[in-house]
Amino acid sequence: MKRIGPVALLMGAVAAAFGLGATALALRYPAVHATFSDQPIAFAALPAPDARARLANWDQPASDGQWAWQLGSTAATRFSPMTEINASNVANLKPVFTFDTGIRKGHEAAPLVVADTMYVTTPYPNDVYALDLTRPGAPVKWHYASKPQKASQGVACCDVVNRGAVYGGGKLYFNTLDGQTVALDAATGHEVWKAKLAEINRGETITMAPLLAEGRVLVGTSGGEMGVRGSLAALDAGSGHVVWRAYSTGPDKDVLIGPEFKPFYRQDQGKDLGVSTWNPDGWKIGGGNPWGWISYDPELHLIFYGTGNPGPWNPNQRPGDNKWTAGLFARDLRTGQARWFYQSSPHDLFDYDDINESLLLDIPTPQGLRKVVARPARSGFFLIMDRLTGQVLSAKPYAYINSMERVDLTTGRPIMNPAKEPQSGRATRNICPAAPGGKDWNPSSFSPRTGLVYIAHNNLCMDEGDVDTNYIAGTPYLGTEARMYAGPGGNRGVFTAWDPVAGRKVWEIREDLPLWSGTLATAGDVVFYGTMDGWFKAIDARDGHLLWRTKLDSGIIGMPMTYKGPDGRQYVAIFAGVGGWAGGIVSGALDPGDPTTALGFVNAMKDLVKRSPAGGRLYVFALSR
Amino acid sequence: MSSRCRADLRTTVPPEEAPKPQAGALSRTTGRGARWFETGLRLAQSLLTTNSGKKAGILALFPLTLLAACGRETRDVQGRMMQSGDRADKFAGNAWRISNGARLYVWMNCAGCHSHGGGGMGPPLRDAKWRYGSSMSDMVFTILNGRPNGMPPFRGKITEEQAWELAAYVRSLSARTREDALSGRADEPANVEPPPLDERKHPRAVTPDQDVAQKKAGTQ
Repeated sequence: MKRIGPVALLMGAVAAAFGLGATALALRYPAVHATFSDQPIAFAALPAPDARARLANWDQPASDGQWAWQLGSTAATRFSPMTEINASNVANLKPVFTFDTGIRKGHEAAPLVVADTMYVTTPYPNDVYALDLTRPGAPVKWHYASKPQKASQGVACCDVVNRGAVYGGGKLYFNTLDGQTVALDAATGHEVWKAKLAEINRGETITMAPLLAEGRVLVGTSGGEMGVRGSLAALDAGSGHVVWRAYSTGPDKDVLIGPEFKPFYRQDQGKDLGVSTWNPDGWKIGGGNPWGWISYDPELHLIFYGTGNPGPWNPNQRPGDNKWTAGLFARDLRTGQARWFYQSSPHDLFDYDDINESLLLDIPTPQGLRKVVARPARSGFFLIMDRLTGQVLSAKPYAYINSMERVDLTTGRPIMNPAKEPQSGRATRNICPAAPGGKDWNPSSFSPRTGLVYIAHNNLCMDEGDVDTNYIAGTPYLGTEARMYAGPGGNRGVFTAWDPVAGRKVWEIREDLPLWSGTLATAGDVVFYGTMDGWFKAIDARDGHLLWRTKLDSGIIGMPMTYKGPDGRQYVAIFAGVGGWAGGIVSGALDPGDPTTALGFVNAMKDLVKRSPAGGRLYVFALSR
Repeated sequence: MSSRCRADLRTTVPPEEAPKPQAGALSRTTGRGARWFETGLRLAQSLLTTNSGKKAGILALFPLTLLAACGRETRDVQGRMMQSGDRADKFAGNAWRISNGARLYVWMNCAGCHSHGGGGMGPPLRDAKWRYGSSMSDMVFTILNGRPNGMPPFRGKITEEQAWELAAYVRSLSARTREDALSGRADEPANVEPPPLDERKHPRAVTPDQDVAQKKAGTQ
């Protein structure tokens, strides 16, 4: 045997030491693109049955297995009572059919299923397909081409997405990028009416999914990056005529603020605050676009919806609280009159749009059940608010926050961290959360069986610097430059299971890429979500353990949904088509060499090009037999 | 500016007729001054290769710097309308024009859509793909008249000359612009490296409860 020389020994020792050191370093400083485990990290026990949040008494999900609205119910819970697919058998899911839209932009919408037809809506050019579920392979029944104006692509911030349709009374309602609301006959695909609500030459677009309630179609504008003065319109579902329209800025008569308006906090009380909390005439180009989700309480006849960021992003150009941007409105659906308002980001500094979903839940208190609005807000706080008054009952961070210290429950105002205020002409470092917030538009879900809210969200921070900007109609109105990167821990996404009663995280899963997909909870104790590199996952609703996953051919930013097919079986559907603000580097072929690309999001997404191609395919799964 | 340089400027060859630039960072200037410059450079290079010639080479480089300065400032100080043929060259190789373009790029909100060349709402401007043509005059046409997929027209908001300045700046994002015409620093406040990871360590848990739980679980 050959003797091992002292040199070889020394080399071995050095190599071993180096290996150990490298491991220790890797543990201490996780690389940005490290692989994160699918293992959940537990923080607290599941709430006891009597300490759980529950569905509103009017929100008893129908067992017919239809999915007629993007968020499942108007309480925005994205909960299905179906149990055929459950935690014990979900591992047997197999694809049943797929449907490619031929479009390679971000696919954020969920399909709808009513009776034996599936309705699929696409991003720009906003095609609609009806698929016949009674026949094998679900062939196309009819196809409707919206043909929006081409120029609308140039004023759509952050990819040309669309968040889907709503079904009601034999009609399908959806919006086009160039600002039209369209009603189709669901049986034939023929256009019933079309209403123009936005003007692209002023930078106005529409990307949100309309809500249908009490014979009204509710539609909000997009364009917070273009100096668009946001508004929400209620259209007559039969004719498309505008019944009322409420602006998010300006004098009270435009905002539909009247004698019924009783906001809880003092800073929201007063006349024409939508004018006086702005620089002169700033409200006319002040943003506040309600481009997100609307919830509806049929007992109170109230709708709840958030308003977007003020314009421009650069806060130094708009001194004041900038009402009524970056906050939540409660309105009477019948008249449009505002009931209350709460501003989660007064004088918004960081693009913290308040457009996220509002889950309408009932929460046990010593005084009995309380009707609340539960909101994983963009700012990173999970807000619990009284549904009738707008009082903030609790505000606990579900994401890492250093831009705000906390929310003062006496005044309702967030206490800002002065060190993170952006400055003119220089960069402020490490602002968390970044502009897309603790969570962006992608809706969470709630299961009454666990009492948890399931939030797929971000862990991103940013550097931000401001420069003065000019308003030019139809061009961006930003004045901010940002670059984003992973937040503490190095993971860019987090899946959080949140107990809204105790106000705490029960468990979380750290995901490498930001989570830009919606979540779906079912009575089978399974929660579905997708990742931007194309993994579609089913996890246990109780403890977050991975039950099943499959890799799709593009990253997932869509919303999973489930339905009962004409054959009585349960199906799960999801779009794979990466894009949106987070995936623009792929869908828009953006250049990562410039860190400010796509408002700085591309800087955090450089590796996505290698991890997901562009796509646009709907996948439908069922249990294999 | 000296009269020698002005004479040089008037006899500049229009870009269509100019010889194709050679590879190498210093061979991109055009015109008589540039040709002298290149001849001198080759001489200096050959001298520098030998040990004994080093001193002479350095001496030979000195007058070259003067020549380089001569070709550098090509601004038309008399405000005379330029011929369309040599326009591209006059704007694209001119530091003053390019920096004007850079300012207009921010003022006219180009950066809002195209970022600093990487794109966003609009396509990237620092790659090799040009939907509507890559020449300066294509760019000027696009800026002034807009394009059907969302590029808005800027005619009436800026002058034609400003559109050429913008095009010169946009070209400088991807083309190999003369080094002496490019600005040495970018003015974007956020366009610098982020803090290293160790400045962002200690992921403080978001609530005190979680802090305790996290420590117990040993994930911290």
